[in-house]
Amino acid sequence: MTQDVLLSVQGLTKQFPTRNGVVRAVDGVSFDVKRGTIVGLVGESGSGKTTAGRCTLRLIEPNEGRIVFDGVDLRELSEREMRAYRSRLQIIFQDPYSSLNPRLRVDQIIGEALEIHRPVRGAAKRDRIAELLERVGLNPDAARRYPHEFSGGQRQRIGIARALAVEPDFIVADEPVSALDVSVQAQVLNLIQDLQESFGLTMLFIAHDLSVVEYLCDEVVVMYLGRVMERGPSREIYAMPRHPYTQALLSAAPLPDPKASRQRVVLKGDIPSPMNPPSGCVFRTRCRYAVAACAEVVPPLEHIGSDHHVACIRQSDPEVISQGLTL
Amino acid sequence: MAAVSSPAIIEASFVSRLVTRKTVMIGLLIIAVIAVLAILAPWIAPYSPSRLSVVNRLKPPSGIYWFGTDEFGRDVFSRTIYAGRLSLLVGASVVAFAAVFGVTLGLVAGFFRRLDTPIARIIDAMMAFPDILLAIALVAALGPSLVTVIVALGIVYTPRLARIVRASTLVIRELPYVEAARALGVPTWRIMSRHVLRNLVSPILVQGTFIFAYAMLAEAGLSFLGLGVSPEIPTWGTMIAAGRQYIGQADWMTWFPGVAIILSVLSLQMVGDGFRDLLDPRLRKDL
Repeated sequence: MTQDVLLSVQGLTKQFPTRNGVVRAVDGVSFDVKRGTIVGLVGESGSGKTTAGRCTLRLIEPNEGRIVFDGVDLRELSEREMRAYRSRLQIIFQDPYSSLNPRLRVDQIIGEALEIHRPVRGAAKRDRIAELLERVGLNPDAARRYPHEFSGGQRQRIGIARALAVEPDFIVADEPVSALDVSVQAQVLNLIQDLQESFGLTMLFIAHDLSVVEYLCDEVVVMYLGRVMERGPSREIYAMPRHPYTQALLSAAPLPDPKASRQRVVLKGDIPSPMNPPSGCVFRTRCRYAVAACAEVVPPLEHIGSDHHVACIRQSDPEVISQGLTL
Repeated sequence: MAAVSSPAIIEASFVSRLVTRKTVMIGLLIIAVIAVLAILAPWIAPYSPSRLSVVNRLKPPSGIYWFGTDEFGRDVFSRTIYAGRLSLLVGASVVAFAAVFGVTLGLVAGFFRRLDTPIARIIDAMMAFPDILLAIALVAALGPSLVTVIVALGIVYTPRLARIVRASTLVIRELPYVEAARALGVPTWRIMSRHVLRNLVSPILVQGTFIFAYAMLAEAGLSFLGLGVSPEIPTWGTMIAAGRQYIGQADWMTWFPGVAIILSVLSLQMVGDGFRDLLDPRLRKDL
């Protein structure tokens, strides 16, 4: 492990027991997040990306795996020890409505975050709250108001201010713009990028929108049905996706140029039930390149150069490679 | 869209909406009159509630005895308003008892998964008993007194509140703002009080109003059965029980305490219904 890796997730597994059997929401997921970079975690709904994000903060207890943050395995910490680490890892939520307590004023919401880790009172606290609000592009007057008085975008900014209040090193952004109007999405994304640069934040950015991830992230992890299909530097993945699933996802993303067209890889059917995933490669039921061997073995994540990993037994097949080049 | 369902919005216009509802206003007015009469009974009552006057036994209502007199010549009006003090005291104490224990049990059951099943089962088991039967059993076991009545009815109504608090806690516990508090490292007790309990004020208020009414009714029932407070203290229940024997000759002895019970329970129900309707988004349209 190189020293500039801030967070290393290894073999993360989370199973949920249900009445009809065990759901493997996250199944042996591994990735590293280097200090000061943004890693995008993408996949369809039900791919386990949100659960993986929650697990890295131990908001959900994973069943297996290591979460090494700054040299410490978070899973080995007790509840109490973990509490001391909490301020270093924060989260921004998807839904700007349910992520703010409707009964608390904005200064109480942000103030709670401030007080948790160091006692601040009176004018110092007020100044710090005003500073945070200004930093996220809100008027300091917002402090005395309740969440319902704000729009979705403004509420998301309040949520970001709350996360920043504890001066974290690492932030999980769980689809922070997908619940917002398109016109507001860009503003909030710019804010996140700006804050990431000025505070040197390290982020795990969960999204299902690949164009957002391309714009923001240094590296991408593609998940499908709880497993990592492909991961690597954004530039490489966007230029030459090697996994058929990544290719399908990318082909579905709209291009900024209205005249440009690209070959579409249309996926048939829905994501299979995680209760009863397909044998071997979980993607094989929807994969146009699937062969009989795909059902036999779980494809390992293979290293194919410069941090780029792919979990597909046909990744070196010319047919699959050439499809990636047409996108 | 989402802003409309925000509890804060409901809160903001809650008082103004409440005041515009006729049933709520009438209910509040009646219960206020009863409360004032009861609280100021020593100054309002024309006679002492225990003053005997054998000459004036079983007198019908008149200018001297507004509600008539009972079999010992005691003034029914004075006794009715004095009895109101006890009813209100029992009602308020039972609500306080049920609020403390019901909210605590409900929060703990809803918040800590491991304690949920045992607590929820106990709540269900207690709710399986008819209210008044459970109260009778408890009073019979503990011996009748004012404290016993309050404790017994408190125990009877605690599960009602606990169940509602538990159900709401289960929902709120999973909301992102609670998760945000956990991510910040906010201690559990603080999450429970600041993030969960604060959002439960409205349902607790509604249920508390109903429990107040049920407790007053149950206290009257217990007194009627001779399982209430000591017989020297006038209560609506004991007054009706005594008047029952004279119902042919002196129906005013049962009429007035009966009307007092009906009015107080009805008015509290009207207020409670109003609260509930205002807080239920499905019913708010027709306001």
